[in-house]
Amino acid sequence: MLSWFPENISTYGAQLDSLFALIYYITGVWFVAAQALLLYFIIRFRRRPGVRASYVRGENAGELAWVMVPVVVVLALDLFIDYRSHPAWALVKEEFPADAIAYGGTAKQFNWAFTHPGVDGKLGSEDDVTLDNELHVPAGKDVQVSINSIDVIHSFFIPTVRVKQDVLPGRTTRVWFNATKPGRYEIPCAELCGFGHYTMRGFLVVHSPEEYEKWTAEQKPTPAA
Amino acid sequence: MSMQAHAESPAHHFDHPEPTTFLRKYVFSVDHKVIGKQYLGIGVFMAVAGGLMAYLIRWQLAWPETPVPGFGWVPEPYMYEGAIPPEFYNSMVTMHGTIMVFFAAMPILLGAFGNFLLPIMVGAPDMAFPRLNMMSVWTLGVASLVLIASFFMPGGAAAHGWTGYAPLSAKAAYTGVDWGGTLWILALALEFASFLMGGVNFLVTAINMRAPGMSLMRLPLLVWMQLTAAVLFMLSVGPLVAAAIMLLLDRTLGTGFFLPERGGDPLLWQHLFWFFGHPEVYVILLPGFGIVMEILPVFARKPIFGYRSIVWSTIAAGALSFIVWAHHMFVSGIDARLATPFSITTILISVPFAIIMFAMIATLWGGSIVLTTPMLFALGVIATFLIGGVTGIFLGSAAVDIYLHDTYFVLAHFHYTLFPSVILAGLGGLYFWWPKMTGRMLNETLGKIHFWLTFIAFNCVFLPLFLVGVGGHHRRIYDPYQYDFLKPFQPVHEFATMAAIVLILSQLLLLVNVVMSLMSGEKAPANPWGANTLEWQTDSPPPHGNFKTVPTVYRDPYDYSVPGAALDFLPQTHP
Repeated sequence: MLSWFPENISTYGAQLDSLFALIYYITGVWFVAAQALLLYFIIRFRRRPGVRASYVRGENAGELAWVMVPVVVVLALDLFIDYRSHPAWALVKEEFPADAIAYGGTAKQFNWAFTHPGVDGKLGSEDDVTLDNELHVPAGKDVQVSINSIDVIHSFFIPTVRVKQDVLPGRTTRVWFNATKPGRYEIPCAELCGFGHYTMRGFLVVHSPEEYEKWTAEQKPTPAA
Repeated sequence: MSMQAHAESPAHHFDHPEPTTFLRKYVFSVDHKVIGKQYLGIGVFMAVAGGLMAYLIRWQLAWPETPVPGFGWVPEPYMYEGAIPPEFYNSMVTMHGTIMVFFAAMPILLGAFGNFLLPIMVGAPDMAFPRLNMMSVWTLGVASLVLIASFFMPGGAAAHGWTGYAPLSAKAAYTGVDWGGTLWILALALEFASFLMGGVNFLVTAINMRAPGMSLMRLPLLVWMQLTAAVLFMLSVGPLVAAAIMLLLDRTLGTGFFLPERGGDPLLWQHLFWFFGHPEVYVILLPGFGIVMEILPVFARKPIFGYRSIVWSTIAAGALSFIVWAHHMFVSGIDARLATPFSITTILISVPFAIIMFAMIATLWGGSIVLTTPMLFALGVIATFLIGGVTGIFLGSAAVDIYLHDTYFVLAHFHYTLFPSVILAGLGGLYFWWPKMTGRMLNETLGKIHFWLTFIAFNCVFLPLFLVGVGGHHRRIYDPYQYDFLKPFQPVHEFATMAAIVLILSQLLLLVNVVMSLMSGEKAPANPWGANTLEWQTDSPPPHGNFKTVPTVYRDPYDYSVPGAALDFLPQTHP
């Protein structure tokens, strides 16, 4: 199961993957134990001539302990999972780094448009560069993308970065990440957005910092609409 | 403990005479047993339609844009010489979900089993309001016709997903589907009305019309679970009806409840939909579990383990289901600080379900288990639901859900909760109560082959889909191989599709079995399984009015293998 994850290229991805692994091992033990018990009972207590079933109603405390003790252990493990999950959630979705490079984005049926901050590194200035379906970022830098939609709900999903955020019309939602490995990665739309939903495919292009500077300098600023 | 107040109520309420004409007896019937079969007919018909849609979807995923065998006759613009275009694929995805949840699961589990069994199990001659009952099933019939009609509208059937997320669903231009989307809302509204009327009947019948001695804590667990399901539905559907009307106004009159450019809010729809949607999951789950609860004690010859704990767990799960809805919306753009509280309520709801699952397994301990067809299906429910249960823990963690949300992991997870409780439990219930419904036995050997094929094929379809979900495969994708990272998953889709074809074809065994049973099946005795609950203490099939004399209840529903008793079962009517 764990080997099916795509490569992780973000700083927080490893923490999310290890959380998945933690739940996988905890539930795996319970799952195997429960299935084994089920199978064992079915075989061990098959009908045999002359043997009557035990009359056990499970209504007194002593008998119910067989169910309630495992349930308490399950509850404790569940709360432990939540306890471990909260910091990871907060890291990705609540605590946005203050000095991240700001990007803008607009989603529509059926493509992405990403606005890059340009040479001055500031969004909303004259050297901003807007590209269809391509988001260029420097490796190892915190990046924040503020995206909105002009029509229906889309979802900004980068599997290799382990991040997903629905993109809504009428409001701006933010995503931050720090991609560590240069390369070209797909950005699917993860929310059904119409007949062309399956074609709504963008790319995250991660450059090394030097290469990113070079790339930025080569771009022509997109004139304001 | 006796319930003197109810002693005369069944006879008092039972005022309709036995019908004599065909029309009155089978079409405009007010008899809950006939109405139950009518629900079964509608539910099975729609389930077959939904199953064929699953076949189309699966074919497209395995071999995109190639002609689907057997569908070359479908005219353009729906299909092109048997090949599926993207618009039609989205319609199939939408209608498969809508049909399976609202027009197959609910009619079969609540409509058919609830209607047929609930009055007999509580010792009543019929539902409290027989004419209302007839109106419920007829309303569902109209709803089904409206839904089917939506396929024939210009632009085809709704294509915005069964969850109908606005604004995609709020403007015809966004999907290119005009009347199809509007009729989808109308069909759902009628379906809600149908099950609201049905719910009133379930509630009043189980509370007011119990036979003398049938105290609440002597009710079979199926009745408890049907009752809880009815209450959950009645309490949760209001907000969705409101949402549906707002959506209808947005679509037809151009209002802006969900459209931001007119001051609306797309997230409002999601809140209202999931406030209903999560309780709705249990509206389907609980009656399925109830069927398992009736089958297990009979074929383990043991009382169900922890009856009272199960009753309280059922009620607790129902209550908690109203405060977990936002776990469907972790990455939707809601306030991020809401995630952890909703994660915790979601975790808490696993407690009553863990109690119910462990109690089912504990029931087997020390039993005298015989693997009849109904028992195989009931055990199959436990084995597969365990997978649905544990994979829910991953999704309940908000942090892990960031990546898994809207992937095949979610799809596999909810199919592992709904397939056991709807299809496996439904089939188990059918094999179990068929002799009671028709007076004929089914063939056991065919039944067992049917079980094993269904069980193995189901797991072959959906287990691999967890893996592609972990691989990041997102849902509702017409052609996955547009994406480089999904290209390696094609063999997985091919395998799942072949298994799905086996799964669908193996259902023909049931058809053969049913036809053989009706034509030349062995006559069923009143109590073929040696069971305790009231439906087995009357003829197969039960006469008009269910019982020749009003039964008196003396004991718990699951008194099997009582020490010192001559037989290993003591019916509820046994003094």
